[in-house]
Amino acid sequence: MEPPDRYRDLVDDFGAFRAACERPLPSVVRVNTIKTTVERAREALADEGTDVEPTWHDHLFALPEDQPGSNWPYVHGWLHGQEAVSAVPAEVLAPEPGERVWDACAAPGSKTTQLGALMDDRGTLVATDTNLGRLSALRSNAERLGVTNVAVTHEDARNHSLKPFDGEPYDRALVDAPCSCEGTIRKNPDAFDDWTLEHVEGVAGVGKGVLRRAVQATRPGGTVVYSTCTFAPEENEAVLDYVLGAEPCETVAFDLPLEHVPGVTEWRDETYDRSVRRAKRIYPHHNDTGGFFCAKLRVTDE
Amino acid sequence: MTDDQLENRSDRFDRLPATAEQRRVPERATRADVLAWWDERFGVDPATFEGYTFWERGAGKVWAFAGEADSPVAIEGLGMVFLRTRREHWKPTLEAVQRFGGRASRNVVELSRPEAATFLAGEDQTLDWDGDWGYLVVTHELAGESEPLGVALYVHGELRSQVPKGRRRDLR
Ligand SMILES: C[S@@+](CC[C@H](N)C(=O)[O-])C[C@H]1O[C@@H](n2cnc3c(N)ncnc32)[C@H](O)[C@@H]1O
Repeated sequence: MEPPDRYRDLVDDFGAFRAACERPLPSVVRVNTIKTTVERAREALADEGTDVEPTWHDHLFALPEDQPGSNWPYVHGWLHGQEAVSAVPAEVLAPEPGERVWDACAAPGSKTTQLGALMDDRGTLVATDTNLGRLSALRSNAERLGVTNVAVTHEDARNHSLKPFDGEPYDRALVDAPCSCEGTIRKNPDAFDDWTLEHVEGVAGVGKGVLRRAVQATRPGGTVVYSTCTFAPEENEAVLDYVLGAEPCETVAFDLPLEHVPGVTEWRDETYDRSVRRAKRIYPHHNDTGGFFCAKLRVTDE
Repeated sequence: MTDDQLENRSDRFDRLPATAEQRRVPERATRADVLAWWDERFGVDPATFEGYTFWERGAGKVWAFAGEADSPVAIEGLGMVFLRTRREHWKPTLEAVQRFGGRASRNVVELSRPEAATFLAGEDQTLDWDGDWGYLVVTHELAGESEPLGVALYVHGELRSQVPKGRRRDLR
Protein backbone atom coordinates (compact mmCIF):
# COMPACT_ATOMS: atom_id res chain seq x y z
CA MET A 1 0.00 0.00 0.00
CA GLU A 2 1.16 3.53 -0.79
CA PRO A 3 0.87 6.86 0.99
CA PRO A 4 -1.33 8.40 2.17
CA ASP A 5 -3.49 5.23 2.63
CA ARG A 6 -0.52 3.40 4.06
CA TYR A 7 -0.79 5.59 7.16
CA ARG A 8 -4.55 5.24 7.75
CA ASP A 9 -4.04 3.32 10.99
CA LEU A 10 -1.19 5.50 12.28
CA VAL A 11 -2.84 8.88 11.98
CA ASP A 12 -5.34 10.05 14.61
CA ASP A 13 -7.72 11.85 12.23
CA PHE A 14 -7.07 10.43 8.79
CA GLY A 15 -9.69 12.62 7.07
CA ALA A 16 -8.13 15.82 8.39
CA PHE A 17 -4.66 14.48 7.54
CA ARG A 18 -5.68 13.77 3.96
CA ALA A 19 -7.39 17.11 3.51
CA ALA A 20 -4.37 19.00 4.91
CA CYS A 21 -2.05 17.14 2.51
CA GLU A 22 -4.02 18.64 -0.36
CA ARG A 23 -3.84 22.26 0.81
CA PRO A 24 -0.94 24.52 -0.19
CA LEU A 25 1.48 25.48 2.56
CA PRO A 26 1.47 28.88 4.25
CA SER A 27 4.60 30.84 3.41
CA VAL A 28 6.94 31.35 6.35
CA VAL A 29 10.26 33.18 6.82
CA ARG A 30 12.81 32.91 9.58
CA VAL A 31 14.42 36.06 10.93
CA ASN A 32 18.21 35.84 10.76
CA THR A 33 19.36 37.14 14.14
CA ILE A 34 22.99 37.27 12.98
CA LYS A 35 22.09 40.37 10.98
CA THR A 36 19.06 41.91 12.64
CA THR A 37 16.46 41.62 15.37
CA VAL A 38 12.94 40.26 15.22
CA GLU A 39 11.60 43.77 15.80
CA ARG A 40 13.56 45.41 13.00
CA ALA A 41 12.71 42.62 10.57
CA ARG A 42 9.02 43.05 11.39
CA GLU A 43 9.35 46.81 10.91
CA ALA A 44 11.17 46.46 7.57
CA LEU A 45 8.43 44.16 6.28
CA ALA A 46 5.71 46.48 7.58
CA ASP A 47 7.39 49.39 5.74
CA GLU A 48 6.90 47.39 2.54
CA GLY A 49 3.23 46.89 3.37
CA THR A 50 3.67 43.30 4.55
CA ASP A 51 2.04 42.51 7.87
CA VAL A 52 3.19 39.22 9.29
CA GLU A 53 1.36 36.71 11.45
CA PRO A 54 2.90 34.96 14.47
CA THR A 55 3.79 31.26 14.36
CA TRP A 56 4.94 28.72 16.96
CA HIS A 57 8.29 30.51 17.24
CA ASP A 58 8.93 34.25 17.54
CA HIS A 59 11.72 34.07 14.93
CA LEU A 60 9.29 32.71 12.33
CA PHE A 61 6.80 34.95 10.53
CA ALA A 62 3.89 33.72 8.44
CA LEU A 63 3.51 35.95 5.38
CA PRO A 64 0.28 36.87 3.65
CA GLU A 65 -0.41 35.08 0.37
CA ASP A 66 0.96 36.36 -2.97
CA GLN A 67 4.13 37.84 -1.52
CA PRO A 68 6.68 39.11 -4.03
CA GLY A 69 9.74 36.84 -4.19
CA SER A 70 12.12 39.48 -2.95
CA ASN A 71 12.15 42.54 -0.70
CA TRP A 72 14.65 44.79 1.08
CA PRO A 73 15.04 42.81 4.30
CA TYR A 74 15.57 39.63 2.24
CA VAL A 75 18.28 41.36 0.20
CA HIS A 76 20.07 42.32 3.41
CA GLY A 77 20.07 38.72 4.61
CA TRP A 78 17.60 39.45 7.39
CA LEU A 79 15.16 36.75 6.27
CA HIS A 80 15.31 33.18 5.05
CA GLY A 81 12.33 31.31 3.61
CA GLN A 82 11.93 28.25 5.80
CA GLU A 83 8.92 26.08 6.47
CA ALA A 84 7.56 26.26 10.03
CA VAL A 85 8.35 22.61 10.90
CA SER A 86 11.76 22.76 9.27
CA ALA A 87 12.81 25.06 12.11
CA VAL A 88 12.08 22.37 14.73
CA PRO A 89 15.28 20.25 14.78
CA ALA A 90 17.75 23.13 15.22
CA GLU A 91 15.65 24.40 18.14
CA VAL A 92 15.64 20.92 19.67
CA LEU A 93 19.41 20.60 19.19
CA ALA A 94 19.79 24.05 20.83
CA PRO A 95 23.51 24.62 20.22
CA GLU A 96 25.27 27.25 22.32
CA PRO A 97 27.72 29.93 21.16
CA GLY A 98 31.28 28.57 21.11
CA GLU A 99 30.37 24.89 20.77
CA ARG A 100 31.46 22.41 18.09
CA VAL A 101 28.48 21.34 16.05
CA TRP A 102 28.04 19.05 13.03
CA ASP A 103 25.23 19.30 10.49
CA ALA A 104 25.62 15.94 8.73
CA CYS A 105 23.13 16.30 5.83
CA ALA A 106 23.26 20.02 5.52
CA ALA A 107 22.48 21.26 2.02
CA PRO A 108 20.97 23.69 1.05
CA GLY A 109 21.57 25.00 4.53
CA SER A 110 18.25 26.17 6.00
CA LYS A 111 19.07 24.41 9.23
CA THR A 112 22.82 25.12 9.03
CA THR A 113 22.18 28.84 8.92
CA GLN A 114 19.64 28.54 11.73
CA LEU A 115 22.23 26.64 13.82
CA GLY A 116 24.75 29.39 13.03
CA ALA A 117 22.30 32.00 14.33
CA LEU A 118 21.56 29.98 17.49
CA MET A 119 25.34 29.81 18.05
CA ASP A 120 25.50 33.58 17.61
CA ASP A 121 27.94 32.80 14.77
CA ARG A 122 30.57 31.66 17.30
CA GLY A 123 32.19 28.25 17.73
CA THR A 124 32.67 25.76 14.89
CA LEU A 125 29.80 24.56 12.73
CA VAL A 126 30.71 21.85 10.22
CA ALA A 127 28.22 21.35 7.37
CA THR A 128 28.49 18.18 5.28
CA ASP A 129 26.68 16.93 2.20
CA THR A 130 27.30 14.54 -0.69
CA ASN A 131 25.72 16.77 -3.31
CA LEU A 132 28.05 19.45 -4.68
CA GLY A 133 25.33 21.47 -6.42
CA ARG A 134 23.33 21.63 -3.20
CA LEU A 135 26.51 22.55 -1.29
CA SER A 136 27.00 25.53 -3.53
CA ALA A 137 23.45 26.66 -2.65
CA LEU A 138 24.37 26.16 1.01
CA ARG A 139 27.43 28.38 0.66
CA SER A 140 25.43 31.05 -1.08
CA ASN A 141 22.75 30.96 1.66
CA ALA A 142 25.38 31.05 4.42
CA GLU A 143 27.11 34.05 2.85
CA ARG A 144 23.86 35.93 2.24
CA LEU A 145 22.89 35.36 5.87
CA GLY A 146 26.36 36.36 7.10
CA VAL A 147 27.23 33.04 8.77
CA THR A 148 31.01 33.01 9.27
CA ASN A 149 31.52 30.07 11.64
CA VAL A 150 30.62 27.37 9.11
CA ALA A 151 33.12 24.95 7.51
CA VAL A 152 31.69 23.09 4.52
CA THR A 153 32.77 19.55 3.66
CA HIS A 154 31.87 17.42 0.64
CA GLU A 155 31.79 13.81 1.78
CA ASP A 156 29.57 10.91 2.66
CA ALA A 157 28.56 11.66 6.23
CA ARG A 158 28.82 7.95 7.03
CA ASN A 159 32.61 8.31 6.66
CA HIS A 160 32.90 11.83 8.07
CA SER A 161 36.43 12.71 9.12
CA LEU A 162 37.15 14.82 12.19
CA LYS A 163 40.73 15.29 11.09
CA PRO A 164 40.53 18.85 9.73
CA PHE A 165 38.91 19.93 13.00
CA ASP A 166 41.52 18.89 15.59
CA GLY A 167 40.11 15.33 15.67
CA GLU A 168 37.94 16.41 18.61
CA PRO A 169 34.37 15.09 18.94
CA TYR A 170 31.37 17.38 18.60
CA ASP A 171 29.19 18.75 21.37
CA ARG A 172 26.12 18.33 19.18
CA ALA A 173 25.15 16.90 15.83
CA LEU A 174 22.11 17.17 13.60
CA VAL A 175 21.10 14.42 11.18
CA ASP A 176 18.41 15.86 8.92
CA ALA A 177 18.40 12.68 6.89
CA PRO A 178 17.70 12.19 3.21
CA CYS A 179 14.21 10.69 3.08
CA SER A 180 11.21 9.92 0.91
CA CYS A 181 9.86 13.42 1.70
CA GLU A 182 6.24 12.33 2.11
CA GLY A 183 5.74 15.23 4.51
CA THR A 184 6.50 17.78 1.78
CA ILE A 185 3.37 16.78 -0.18
CA ARG A 186 1.83 20.23 0.32
CA LYS A 187 4.81 21.88 -1.34
CA ASN A 188 5.51 19.09 -3.87
CA PRO A 189 2.15 17.67 -4.93
CA ASP A 190 3.86 14.78 -6.72
CA ALA A 191 5.73 13.64 -3.59
CA PHE A 192 3.60 10.46 -3.39
CA ASP A 193 3.77 9.64 -7.12
CA ASP A 194 7.30 8.28 -7.24
CA TRP A 195 6.92 6.47 -3.94
CA THR A 196 8.38 2.94 -3.75
CA LEU A 197 9.12 0.74 -0.77
CA GLU A 198 12.61 0.07 -2.19
CA HIS A 199 13.38 3.78 -2.08
CA VAL A 200 12.06 4.06 1.47
CA GLU A 201 14.26 1.17 2.55
CA GLY A 202 17.26 2.51 0.64
CA VAL A 203 17.20 5.97 2.22
CA ALA A 204 16.47 4.43 5.63
CA GLY A 205 19.76 2.54 5.23
CA VAL A 206 21.62 5.79 4.60
CA GLY A 207 19.88 7.38 7.61
CA LYS A 208 21.06 4.52 9.83
CA GLY A 209 24.65 4.90 8.68
CA VAL A 210 24.70 8.67 9.10
CA LEU A 211 23.04 8.57 12.53
CA ARG A 212 25.56 5.96 13.71
CA ARG A 213 28.43 8.16 12.57
CA ALA A 214 26.86 11.18 14.28
CA VAL A 215 26.68 9.32 17.60
CA GLN A 216 30.29 8.16 17.20
CA ALA A 217 31.50 11.68 16.39
CA THR A 218 29.75 13.28 19.39
CA ARG A 219 31.23 13.30 22.89
CA PRO A 220 29.55 11.35 25.72
CA GLY A 221 26.92 13.63 27.22
CA GLY A 222 26.53 15.40 23.88
CA THR A 223 23.26 15.67 21.95
CA VAL A 224 22.27 14.26 18.57
CA VAL A 225 19.01 15.17 16.84
CA TYR A 226 17.55 13.01 14.09
CA SER A 227 14.88 14.42 11.80
CA THR A 228 13.11 13.67 8.53
CA CYS A 229 10.25 15.20 6.60
CA THR A 230 8.55 11.87 6.10
CA PHE A 231 5.94 9.65 7.76
CA ALA A 232 7.31 6.16 7.00
CA PRO A 233 8.29 4.43 10.29
CA GLU A 234 10.95 2.55 8.28
CA GLU A 235 12.81 5.88 7.93
CA ASN A 236 12.04 7.13 11.44
CA GLU A 237 11.48 4.87 14.44
CA ALA A 238 13.18 1.90 12.73
CA VAL A 239 16.33 4.00 12.24
CA LEU A 240 16.30 5.03 15.91
CA ASP A 241 15.67 1.44 17.02
CA TYR A 242 18.67 0.26 15.02
CA VAL A 243 21.06 2.96 16.29
CA LEU A 244 19.91 2.56 19.92
CA GLY A 245 21.04 -1.05 19.61
CA ALA A 246 24.28 -0.35 17.76
CA GLU A 247 25.76 2.73 19.47
CA PRO A 248 25.97 4.11 23.05
CA CYS A 249 23.01 6.47 23.14
CA GLU A 250 19.51 6.92 24.54
CA THR A 251 16.44 8.91 23.56
CA VAL A 252 15.64 12.05 25.54
CA ALA A 253 12.21 13.59 26.17
CA PHE A 254 11.80 17.20 25.06
CA ASP A 255 9.16 19.89 24.95
CA LEU A 256 7.81 21.30 21.72
CA PRO A 257 5.14 24.00 21.55
CA LEU A 258 3.54 22.40 18.48
CA GLU A 259 0.83 19.79 18.37
CA HIS A 260 2.33 16.33 17.75
CA VAL A 261 2.01 12.65 18.63
CA PRO A 262 4.68 10.29 20.03
CA GLY A 263 6.82 7.97 17.94
CA VAL A 264 5.24 4.59 17.15
CA THR A 265 6.49 1.31 18.62
CA GLU A 266 4.66 -1.03 16.23
CA TRP A 267 4.46 -0.93 12.48
CA ARG A 268 3.39 -3.79 10.24
CA ASP A 269 5.15 -6.81 11.73
CA GLU A 270 7.93 -4.82 13.42
CA THR A 271 8.17 -3.64 17.02
CA TYR A 272 10.59 -0.96 18.12
CA ASP A 273 12.32 -0.07 21.39
CA ARG A 274 9.70 1.55 23.62
CA SER A 275 11.84 4.63 24.13
CA VAL A 276 11.23 5.73 20.52
CA ARG A 277 7.93 7.07 21.89
CA ARG A 278 9.99 10.08 23.03
CA ALA A 279 10.35 11.08 19.38
CA LYS A 280 7.71 13.36 17.91
CA ARG A 281 5.57 12.97 14.81
CA ILE A 282 4.04 16.13 13.41
CA TYR A 283 1.25 15.66 10.88
CA PRO A 284 0.18 18.38 8.41
CA HIS A 285 -3.27 18.82 9.99
CA HIS A 286 -1.84 19.33 13.49
CA ASN A 287 -0.46 22.84 13.01
CA ASP A 288 -1.14 23.60 9.32
CA THR A 289 2.47 22.79 8.37
CA GLY A 290 4.33 20.10 6.46
CA GLY A 291 4.83 16.66 8.01
CA PHE A 292 7.87 16.05 10.20
CA PHE A 293 9.63 13.63 12.51
CA CYS A 294 12.14 14.62 15.20
CA ALA A 295 14.01 12.69 17.89
CA LYS A 296 16.57 13.81 20.45
CA LEU A 297 19.34 11.48 21.62
CA ARG A 298 21.96 11.73 24.32
CA VAL A 299 25.32 10.07 23.73
CA THR A 300 26.22 7.87 26.73
CA ASP A 301 29.50 6.35 27.91
CA GLU A 302 30.35 3.06 26.18
CA MET B 1 56.99 22.74 5.80
CA THR B 2 56.52 20.66 2.66
CA ASP B 3 57.05 21.98 -0.84
CA ASP B 4 53.39 22.17 -1.67
CA GLN B 5 52.90 24.68 1.11
CA LEU B 6 55.04 27.10 -0.87
CA GLU B 7 52.42 27.83 -3.50
CA ASN B 8 48.82 28.83 -3.54
CA ARG B 9 46.41 26.02 -4.42
CA SER B 10 42.82 26.27 -5.50
CA ASP B 11 41.72 23.02 -3.85
CA ARG B 12 42.43 23.89 -0.26
CA PHE B 13 42.56 26.68 2.29
CA ASP B 14 45.82 28.01 3.67
CA ARG B 15 45.81 30.33 6.65
CA LEU B 16 47.25 33.76 5.94
CA PRO B 17 50.62 34.33 7.61
CA ALA B 18 50.49 36.76 10.51
CA THR B 19 53.14 39.07 9.07
CA ALA B 20 55.44 39.42 6.05
CA GLU B 21 58.31 37.68 7.91
CA GLN B 22 56.22 34.52 8.12
CA ARG B 23 55.12 34.61 4.50
CA ARG B 24 56.15 31.60 2.37
CA VAL B 25 53.90 32.08 -0.64
CA PRO B 26 54.92 35.18 -2.60
CA GLU B 27 52.12 37.73 -3.09
CA ARG B 28 49.96 36.21 -0.38
CA ALA B 29 48.38 38.89 1.78
CA THR B 30 49.18 38.72 5.49
CA ARG B 31 46.77 39.00 8.38
CA ALA B 32 48.40 42.31 9.28
CA ASP B 33 47.79 43.61 5.73
CA VAL B 34 44.11 42.63 5.87
CA LEU B 35 43.53 44.31 9.22
CA ALA B 36 45.38 47.41 8.09
CA TRP B 37 43.39 47.57 4.85
CA TRP B 38 39.96 47.52 6.53
CA ASP B 39 41.19 50.08 9.01
CA GLU B 40 42.72 52.44 6.44
CA ARG B 41 40.09 52.14 3.74
CA PHE B 42 36.92 52.01 5.85
CA GLY B 43 37.94 52.79 9.41
CA VAL B 44 36.89 49.34 10.61
CA ASP B 45 38.59 48.70 13.95
CA PRO B 46 41.00 45.71 13.75
CA ALA B 47 39.45 44.44 17.02
CA THR B 48 36.35 43.58 14.93
CA PHE B 49 38.26 40.61 13.55
CA GLU B 50 39.83 39.34 16.76
CA GLY B 51 37.87 36.08 16.71
CA TYR B 52 38.58 35.49 13.01
CA THR B 53 41.21 33.66 11.05
CA PHE B 54 41.85 34.57 7.39
CA TRP B 55 42.47 32.01 4.66
CA GLU B 56 43.32 31.98 0.98
CA ARG B 57 41.93 29.50 -1.52
CA GLY B 58 42.40 30.45 -5.14
CA ALA B 59 44.80 33.28 -5.85
CA GLY B 60 43.73 36.40 -4.02
CA LYS B 61 40.45 35.05 -2.69
CA VAL B 62 40.51 35.64 1.07
CA TRP B 63 37.98 33.99 3.42
CA ALA B 64 37.12 35.00 6.99
CA PHE B 65 36.30 32.16 9.40
CA ALA B 66 35.10 32.41 12.99
CA GLY B 67 35.59 28.71 13.86
CA GLU B 68 38.60 26.42 14.36
CA ALA B 69 40.37 24.43 11.65
CA ASP B 70 43.92 23.26 10.99
CA SER B 71 45.87 24.74 8.06
CA PRO B 72 45.99 23.67 5.30
CA VAL B 73 42.52 22.21 4.93
CA ALA B 74 41.04 20.75 1.74
CA ILE B 75 37.32 21.39 2.11
CA GLU B 76 34.56 23.23 0.23
CA GLY B 77 34.10 26.33 2.31
CA LEU B 78 35.45 28.13 5.36
CA GLY B 79 33.39 31.03 6.63
CA MET B 80 32.72 33.60 3.93
CA VAL B 81 34.58 34.98 0.93
CA PHE B 82 35.60 38.30 2.32
CA LEU B 83 38.13 40.12 0.21
CA ARG B 84 39.90 39.94 -3.17
CA THR B 85 43.58 40.82 -3.02
CA ARG B 86 46.37 40.55 -5.60
CA ARG B 87 44.98 43.30 -7.76
CA GLU B 88 46.09 46.87 -7.50
CA HIS B 89 42.97 47.74 -5.53
CA TRP B 90 41.65 45.28 -3.01
CA LYS B 91 37.93 44.71 -3.10
CA PRO B 92 35.63 43.51 -0.32
CA THR B 93 32.70 41.22 -1.16
CA LEU B 94 29.10 42.32 -0.84
CA GLU B 95 28.61 39.73 1.89
CA ALA B 96 31.59 41.01 3.90
CA VAL B 97 30.29 44.56 3.63
CA GLN B 98 26.81 43.53 4.75
CA ARG B 99 28.31 41.65 7.71
CA PHE B 100 31.05 44.07 8.81
CA GLY B 101 30.41 47.31 6.89
CA GLY B 102 28.17 48.67 9.64
CA ARG B 103 31.40 49.44 11.48
CA ALA B 104 32.84 51.48 8.62
CA SER B 105 33.38 55.19 9.30
CA ARG B 106 34.90 56.40 6.02
CA ASN B 107 34.36 55.82 2.32
CA VAL B 108 30.73 55.11 3.08
CA VAL B 109 28.06 56.53 0.78
CA GLU B 110 24.45 56.69 1.97
CA LEU B 111 21.91 56.35 -0.86
CA SER B 112 18.27 57.29 -1.04
CA ARG B 113 15.79 54.46 -1.58
CA PRO B 114 15.54 55.02 -5.38
CA GLU B 115 19.34 55.24 -5.69
CA ALA B 116 19.73 52.07 -3.61
CA ALA B 117 17.27 50.29 -5.91
CA THR B 118 19.26 51.33 -8.99
CA PHE B 119 22.44 50.10 -7.31
CA LEU B 120 20.83 46.77 -6.34
CA ALA B 121 19.67 46.25 -9.93
CA GLY B 122 23.35 46.34 -10.93
CA GLU B 123 23.14 49.69 -12.73
CA ASP B 124 25.59 52.58 -12.65
CA GLN B 125 24.47 56.12 -11.77
CA THR B 126 25.94 59.59 -11.64
CA LEU B 127 26.44 60.82 -8.12
CA ASP B 128 27.98 63.80 -6.39
CA TRP B 129 30.65 62.54 -4.04
CA ASP B 130 33.59 64.60 -2.90
CA GLY B 131 35.39 61.79 -1.10
CA ASP B 132 37.93 59.28 -2.38
CA TRP B 133 37.60 57.45 -5.63
CA GLY B 134 37.67 53.66 -5.44
CA TYR B 135 35.59 51.07 -3.60
CA LEU B 136 32.92 52.42 -1.29
CA VAL B 137 30.55 50.86 1.20
CA VAL B 138 27.00 51.60 0.07
CA THR B 139 24.38 52.06 2.79
CA HIS B 140 20.74 53.04 2.87
CA GLU B 141 18.07 53.34 5.52
CA LEU B 142 16.20 50.22 6.52
CA ALA B 143 13.84 49.97 9.50
CA GLY B 144 14.98 53.36 10.76
CA GLU B 145 18.74 52.80 10.64
CA SER B 146 21.49 53.01 8.08
CA GLU B 147 22.36 49.49 6.86
CA PRO B 148 25.27 48.37 4.66
CA LEU B 149 23.99 47.01 1.34
CA GLY B 150 27.02 46.36 -0.87
CA VAL B 151 30.09 47.63 -2.66
CA ALA B 152 30.34 50.28 -5.37
CA LEU B 153 33.25 51.63 -7.39
CA TYR B 154 33.28 55.43 -7.56
CA VAL B 155 35.13 56.91 -10.56
CA HIS B 156 34.61 59.95 -12.85
CA GLY B 157 31.46 61.13 -11.10
CA GLU B 158 29.85 57.74 -11.46
CA LEU B 159 28.82 55.20 -8.84
CA ARG B 160 29.35 51.79 -10.45
CA SER B 161 27.40 48.99 -8.89
CA GLN B 162 29.51 45.95 -7.99
CA VAL B 163 26.56 43.79 -6.96
CA PRO B 164 27.34 40.32 -8.35
CA LYS B 165 24.83 39.01 -10.91
CA GLY B 166 23.39 36.41 -8.56
CA ARG B 167 22.59 39.02 -5.90
CA ARG B 168 20.97 41.61 -8.17
CA ARG B 169 17.26 42.31 -7.71
CA ASP B 170 14.93 44.82 -9.26
CA LEU B 171 12.91 46.34 -6.43
CA ARG B 172 12.06 49.56 -8.33
C1 LIG C 1 16.58 16.60 3.90
S1 LIG C 1 17.93 17.12 2.92
C2 LIG C 1 18.75 18.26 4.00
C3 LIG C 1 18.12 19.63 4.13
C4 LIG C 1 18.97 20.58 4.93
N1 LIG C 1 19.28 20.02 6.26
C5 LIG C 1 18.34 21.95 5.10
O1 LIG C 1 17.75 22.21 6.14
O2 LIG C 1 18.46 22.80 4.19
C6 LIG C 1 19.02 15.72 2.96
C7 LIG C 1 20.40 15.96 2.36
O3 LIG C 1 21.20 14.80 2.59
C8 LIG C 1 22.14 14.71 1.56
N2 LIG C 1 22.71 13.34 1.62
C9 LIG C 1 22.24 12.20 1.08
N3 LIG C 1 23.04 11.16 1.41
C10 LIG C 1 24.04 11.66 2.17
C11 LIG C 1 25.19 11.09 2.81
N4 LIG C 1 25.45 9.80 2.72
N5 LIG C 1 26.02 11.91 3.50
C12 LIG C 1 25.74 13.26 3.60
N6 LIG C 1 24.67 13.83 3.02
C13 LIG C 1 23.83 13.05 2.32
C14 LIG C 1 21.34 15.07 0.33
O4 LIG C 1 22.20 15.51 -0.71
C15 LIG C 1 20.44 16.19 0.87
O5 LIG C 1 21.01 17.46 0.61
